Amino acid sequence: MAADVTAANSARAPLSRFLRWDILVGVLLVLVFAGGAIGSPEFANAGNLSFALGDLGEIALIALAMTLLVVAAEVDLSVASVLGLSSALVGHLWDAGWAIETIIPLVVVVGAVCGLVNGLLVTRLGLPSLAVTIGTLALYRGLAQVVLGDRAIAEFPQSYVNLAVNNVPGTPIPYPVALFAVLAVITAVTLHATGFGRALFAIGAQVEAAHFAGIRVKRIKLILFVVSGIVAAFAGVVYTLRYGSARADNGSGLELAVIAAVLLGGVDFDGGKGTLGGVIAGVLLIGLLRNLLMLNDVSTEIQSVVTGLLLVISVITPRLVAVARQRRRAPSPVMPTTPTP
Amino acid sequence: MTAVTAGRSTRGIVDLVFRARELSIVLALAVLVAVTAAANGNFLSAQGLKDIFLNAAILALLAVGQSFVVITRNIDLSVGSVVGLVAFTVGDVLAANQGLGVGVAIVLGIVIGCVCGLVNGLLVSFGKVPALVVTLGTLYVIQGLDHAIAHGRQINAVDLPRSVLSLGNGSVLGIPYLPLITVVVMLAVGYYLRSYASGRDFYAIGSSPEAAGLAGVPVRRRVMAAYLLSGALAGLGGVLWLARFGTVVADDAHGWELQVVSAVVVGGVAITGGVGTVYGAALGALLLTTITSALVVLKVNPFWQQAITGALLLLAISVDRVLALRVARILRRRNARHGS
Amino acid sequence: MTGAAEATAPHGPGTGDAPPVLALAGVSKSFGAVRALRDVSLELHAGEAHALAGENGAGKSTLVKTLSGVHRPDSGQVLMDGRPVEFHKPADAQRHGVAVIYQEPTMFPDLSVAENIFIGRQPRASLGRIDRGAMRARAAELFARLGVALDPEQPARGLSIADQQLVEIAKALSRDARVLIMDEPTAALSVNEVARLFTVVKALREQGCAVLFISHRLDEIFELCQRVTTLRDGAWIAGEAVAGLTHEALIRRMVGRDLDTLYPKLDAATGEVALKVHRLTREGVFTDVSFEVRRGEIVALAGLVGAGRSEVARAVFGVDRWDAGWVEVNGRRLPPASPTAAMSAGVALVPEDRRQQGLVMDQSIERNIGLTGLKRLRRGPVISRAAERDRARDWAIRLQLKFNRLSDAVNVLSGGNQQKVVLAKWLSTRPQVLIIDEPTRGIDVGTKAEVHRVLSELASDGMAVLMISSELPEVLGMADRVLVMQEGRLVAEIPRAEATEESVMTAAAGRTS
Ligand SMILES: Nc1ncnc2c1ncn2[C@@H]1O[C@H](COP(=O)(O)OP(=O)(O)OP(=O)(O)O)[C@@H](O)[C@H]1O
Ligand SMILES: [Mg+2]
Repeated sequence: MAADVTAANSARAPLSRFLRWDILVGVLLVLVFAGGAIGSPEFANAGNLSFALGDLGEIALIALAMTLLVVAAEVDLSVASVLGLSSALVGHLWDAGWAIETIIPLVVVVGAVCGLVNGLLVTRLGLPSLAVTIGTLALYRGLAQVVLGDRAIAEFPQSYVNLAVNNVPGTPIPYPVALFAVLAVITAVTLHATGFGRALFAIGAQVEAAHFAGIRVKRIKLILFVVSGIVAAFAGVVYTLRYGSARADNGSGLELAVIAAVLLGGVDFDGGKGTLGGVIAGVLLIGLLRNLLMLNDVSTEIQSVVTGLLLVISVITPRLVAVARQRRRAPSPVMPTTPTP
Repeated sequence: MTAVTAGRSTRGIVDLVFRARELSIVLALAVLVAVTAAANGNFLSAQGLKDIFLNAAILALLAVGQSFVVITRNIDLSVGSVVGLVAFTVGDVLAANQGLGVGVAIVLGIVIGCVCGLVNGLLVSFGKVPALVVTLGTLYVIQGLDHAIAHGRQINAVDLPRSVLSLGNGSVLGIPYLPLITVVVMLAVGYYLRSYASGRDFYAIGSSPEAAGLAGVPVRRRVMAAYLLSGALAGLGGVLWLARFGTVVADDAHGWELQVVSAVVVGGVAITGGVGTVYGAALGALLLTTITSALVVLKVNPFWQQAITGALLLLAISVDRVLALRVARILRRRNARHGS
Repeated sequence: MTGAAEATAPHGPGTGDAPPVLALAGVSKSFGAVRALRDVSLELHAGEAHALAGENGAGKSTLVKTLSGVHRPDSGQVLMDGRPVEFHKPADAQRHGVAVIYQEPTMFPDLSVAENIFIGRQPRASLGRIDRGAMRARAAELFARLGVALDPEQPARGLSIADQQLVEIAKALSRDARVLIMDEPTAALSVNEVARLFTVVKALREQGCAVLFISHRLDEIFELCQRVTTLRDGAWIAGEAVAGLTHEALIRRMVGRDLDTLYPKLDAATGEVALKVHRLTREGVFTDVSFEVRRGEIVALAGLVGAGRSEVARAVFGVDRWDAGWVEVNGRRLPPASPTAAMSAGVALVPEDRRQQGLVMDQSIERNIGLTGLKRLRRGPVISRAAERDRARDWAIRLQLKFNRLSDAVNVLSGGNQQKVVLAKWLSTRPQVLIIDEPTRGIDVGTKAEVHRVLSELASDGMAVLMISSELPEVLGMADRVLVMQEGRLVAEIPRAEATEESVMTAAAGRTS
């Protein structure tokens, strides 16, 4: 019975119209930006902003795929390890004299396989994805160590490094960020306007009902995991080129940053709720804030405190507002409206 | 009536399956130990065993606390950072006040842990904020606090009171203190969860929070209690960490949250709540630790160790799942109502 | 036992001047713009069964939840023994001896059936420990009283809606309550279970328990209750003795007008075979089930709760796997275990459990209805919201859905209106074969007639309908043929001319018990 659920929902319903979580994060974003621009002169110049954005590239890319998964009530904790594995492979193969042009597609295929393994374990055996991807988190990172050991490979071809760090000519936007922008639009349309997106929300909110409505739940989930693997592997390539260094431990712990961004964007971890706009705002917010703190010489420790507080505040504020609203609300005198043809 | 008697025989099987969740871990452990011992006799020496149990003790303790939370369909990602914070701050206090004994250390650790648990619990149960978000947030905050307090310093074993250090390596009747503490806590918590009405409430909440509310279960209080316990045990774990390693920096136990969650999941506690036991979780922790130790003893190339650990972890949960599916199928075929 | 003299008395028998055990005085409750209850009063007396009647969305469940502490009234009072009380949460009401069976079962799927019944109140042994033996015994005893073959140790996961309902009933009975409130407890039950339930409830009533009973099956109200209160659009319409009241009068109170005939199955020319099920078997669930449904035909699948009817429906639609046999739609074999394939072959399944299987509860009415037509709503690569809304609106109006906005989440709708959304969701796919599991579960009399009319029309347009129903009048009124299942097997096929309450029930009960 949904007494509690419906009660909570009726409290959330007016709230969601006036103060949606993703809008709140968007407002916070504007505030941080304004505060930064006023507070520190270096912040708002194009050079710094493009650096701040570029620095976010991998997290932002992975967050797109993660959003799709989380909306479908799954999660992929192995993304950072896939990134690491991809980085290690790039380094190893480059070191072995392969051409970058062959390495990149190969690595992306490996990413797809990683995602496939996750997806098969989740869909065929019905294991919880949290458990599976904690396992593959260790497995893929371990494979990265097997591939590269403790070596660090550097000196990648300059033309490719340029692609990872330079701006699109005539703009202050680094190539990876431009790529992110394109993918973000595609993802947003997919999630919010296509049948596939509808299916994702239905799966996340009530998987049994989705199955009964003829949605191919397992296949869709499998696709999502494969996409997540591909994106993570590609992010590994970008990461490697951007830092000009391939190491087995590249990007460790990144999965929590990605999840923090997705959560900050207001996506419900129980599935079925969330917007891509919110996630983008969440990613940018974390990035700008970190940049701002860095410019002001705030230590990394305090930076992580701020990230944590931000997370907690972003979820608690709408709750508090809802409670306050409920306290104030008087019985509404409006008559029930009946539909007119 | 036939249906009822047939029902009884299905119950036997169902019971077995539930116990089998723990049974399958014990089996996996046995295989692992046998294989490793065959390859290297030292593995089963008194010292070898002691090492495994010492290593597993803290992880298992945290797994016990975590499973409490997970059973209520929540999660506590902050445990690793609480261990780190407690280990450092308690060490700091003890180093500054040589007169303090082990009792004070434990109380202080548990109090700090409880405070962290209280914050998590308040936010999750009364703030109705998703547990994953809250505890990921507090993970970052506590970790940052730890760093801010430590400021790059290190606590050294020589600065600590002897009584504390002997908690880490002493023993009674040949059994080291650490695993002893863990086992006592595990048995107490496990017994409570199974045999007391309020203990069953935790399962009810995890199984269906809405139904629990309607049935008059004090949902918020119980969730609060779960976080408090998880925090307290993480605090205790921090003190044990300090006692065992002596040398402590702010980074200690970082990333342990995922290890703890793995242990709980391998131990058969459903991440979706309502199912599992603390015994399973503790066994899960023991299995994970044994895998690590075995790889070392078997002199597996260190670069391979993590990959193998991950693969074995996946194998463990997959086999468990396949078995469960098989049994469910058998059960259906023998279904009481329409038995042919 | 209610005589004519008592019909005019203010309360039922044996109440004397004692204040009502539980009462509502002038209670109003709104949800945003929806006024679910307006100034409603009601008195429950010891030893009296009180019915609550009203259309879907009239406010019955809201009233129940106000009595049980789930909702708090915006204005007005809840009175216990004549004194005002405030129930802040369900536990408060329970402490005062109020036991409630909510409209939708609330199970703990991971706990055993016995624990579901006794959670929080388990029998205790020494030191406050749970006495599992006693708990099992008491659960078994409750089931024996209800005449149900459920194993107390069985996990609640996977119980059918009817079994869940029975567990809920056992849970409420186990509380030895002073007030027993039942919100559509019989909606998923068949005649036998209902008869047992009524025996038990009547005994409780005789022992002085106050009962509040909700049902859309009016016969049940007349059988069990002494008094009836009617609500319409949240407002109190009448409170009167049942004796002396006619069906028609009660319907007029609920609907505000007279209704036409209830079961208007039109005679349709039956065409070729649309659905053919051949020796279908799912081990341990159902065995060797074969039947055909022709175009223009409505075939009912009758049987007791647990006979395997829903399971057959699920397998045919491909939600569950089958172990042997095959299914043909319009002469083509369906691949096993693929609802997608079944849908593209023109099959639709309206499932039994609307909250888990039928609806995405958090999503809006229009999205739920659109979910089965994602392909058809596409304009280029994206979904057309206008098309989605039109589709939803068409069916909402056709089924007289009571709603505020099409963008409202379905979980704020009343139970019967949720059922209508499920119907809309599937009827809007314009299926050739419609499998419909308890089509009118929880639907009020007026809409029930409407649903029957729609089904009958669709059948005459050439649709093949397989209808599972526990409501005998519905089966007899609608079906061209009645198939009877018993313990997982088809045991009888009864043509319309020979189908009577008796012939169907005899076949359903079979040799056992
Ligand atoms: N939590 C809620 N939020 C918003 N509206 C609600 C909520 N609960 C009920 N309503 C509305 O209140 C009205 C009365 O609903 P209620 O569930 O009491 O009807 P009911 O008489 O039980 O109907 P049914 O016979 O279909 O079960 C309906 O219009 C419903 O949409
Ligand atoms: Mg209702």
